[in-house]
Amino acid sequence: MALFYHVGRYSLLMYKTFSVPQRWKLYFKQTWKEIEKLGADSLPITLLISVFIGAIMTMQTQMNTENPLLPRYTTGLVTRDTLLLEFCSSILSLILAGKVGSNIASEIGTMRITEQIDALDIMGVNSANYLILPKITGFVVFIPVLVVFSMFSGLVGGYGVSLFTDLITPANYIYGIQYWFIPWYVYYSLIKSVVFAFIISSVASYYGYYAYGGALDVGKASTNAVVNSSILILLFNLVLTKLLLT
Amino acid sequence: MIELYGIQKSFDGRMVIKDIDAVFETGRTNLIIGQSGSGKTVLLKCVVGLLEPDAGDILYDGRSLTSMNKRERVQLRTEMGMLFQGSALFDSMTIEENVQFPLSLFSSLSPLEQEKRAHYCLDRVGLSDSHKLFPAEISGGMQKRAAIARAIALNPKYLFCDEPNSGLDPLTSITIDELISDITKEFNMTTVINTHDMNSVLTMGENILFIYQGEKTWEGGHEALYHSDNERLNEFVFASTLMKRT
Ligand SMILES: Nc1ncnc2c1ncn2[C@@H]1O[C@H](COP(=O)(O)OP(=O)(O)OP(=O)(O)O)[C@@H](O)[C@H]1O
Ligand SMILES: [Mg+2]
Repeated sequence: MALFYHVGRYSLLMYKTFSVPQRWKLYFKQTWKEIEKLGADSLPITLLISVFIGAIMTMQTQMNTENPLLPRYTTGLVTRDTLLLEFCSSILSLILAGKVGSNIASEIGTMRITEQIDALDIMGVNSANYLILPKITGFVVFIPVLVVFSMFSGLVGGYGVSLFTDLITPANYIYGIQYWFIPWYVYYSLIKSVVFAFIISSVASYYGYYAYGGALDVGKASTNAVVNSSILILLFNLVLTKLLLT
Repeated sequence: MIELYGIQKSFDGRMVIKDIDAVFETGRTNLIIGQSGSGKTVLLKCVVGLLEPDAGDILYDGRSLTSMNKRERVQLRTEMGMLFQGSALFDSMTIEENVQFPLSLFSSLSPLEQEKRAHYCLDRVGLSDSHKLFPAEISGGMQKRAAIARAIALNPKYLFCDEPNSGLDPLTSITIDELISDITKEFNMTTVINTHDMNSVLTMGENILFIYQGEKTWEGGHEALYHSDNERLNEFVFASTLMKRT
């Protein structure tokens, strides 16, 4: 029952959100701000995590496949495909759900409980459209950039392992990450990430927008936002993989 | 003139506003008084259309709120100004930008004229030297005044104030009350004020509506306040020791 209630209210909010902005100039200004705040500011953490995961994945794969019968491209290929297929879209999105989702939910939630949203409504501003649309479009537009950077830095992390340890030679690693490269995997990852970005920003906005009460409730709203958008990401990951890869 | 007919509102089956009729006249300060939790904020939000009443109608100079379409509502909202219980200034904008915001959206003024108008409003509330500060950087009383400036920026016909002096010292609250009274007379507005401050009731209560647990229990001018035989009202009016002595 509660599920239907939330889905219904979420749909109505999205309907209100996706209308023509009252002032285009203001909309672009807000969107630019969100790209900076939600997107560009997530770049450092994306790079950091990706480099480390790329490095660790290379080490683990290499250590677990020390069978001379396995071809020399194994480690590079496994690392590359895991990064492209899962890490740089799904896992990265789960991490960003924590960062961006809680940011959005607490910002909008605070505006709700301090009556700033009412103040917008009373002026005749479509508050959902004004506050939420720039966040959704900003984040959805920028997430492919994050994913591409994540892919590169992940592979660079693995290369670092080949340079600084003697687990694997750089030549084998480079050979591996180029072996049987399927470009579709990159697109698949990008498509997934765009869907996930929409889930994160819209679900977080939903929980913030309907926060009611005090500071404690804003905290709850942002926890709910992170938990539920993570669950939805996992669910949609399954659905999209079925649709796009099989 | 604003007329209320049979306004009802409940949350989760609990009646918060029970069948309230009232008339708020133009050029006067109309007060809604009552204990904390009696439903003043909910009533005011129903009147301005931030909450949909379950039953009843509200007429703005003869125009029925419930039968308005979206466009007419946006139009009506540009004729309203509202001061919220917690000021509700946008904390990402400076004081000046806050006041200019409704102008930039709904007036045909050039940016320069908008700025002039914003400065005029800020001067009117006595905030001529805090233009560039953010809401977090000024005191609660100054925030209230800035919020009044924002509320009157578009020269509204209807002004609504939700506890304009809660959390302020007695001197500052008197200043705020006087400001609201003066502005009401100066611009011939229909002003509706929620309050539980007896001081304000005495200084500016021209037409007083007393609500007790969501019901209209008494109505009249402030001279009649002391001579009523309504028990609930007397309890409320004579609660403070200060009032008992007089
Ligand atoms: N969105 C809501 N959902 C559920 N209950 C609500 C909601 N808004 C208000 N209420 C309930 O309605 C009742 C009246 O609240 P209201 O805020 O109108 O009181 P008030 O008279 O303004 O009090 P105060 O002087 O403290 O501001 C309260 O019991 C409150 O819990
Ligand atoms: Mg209130």
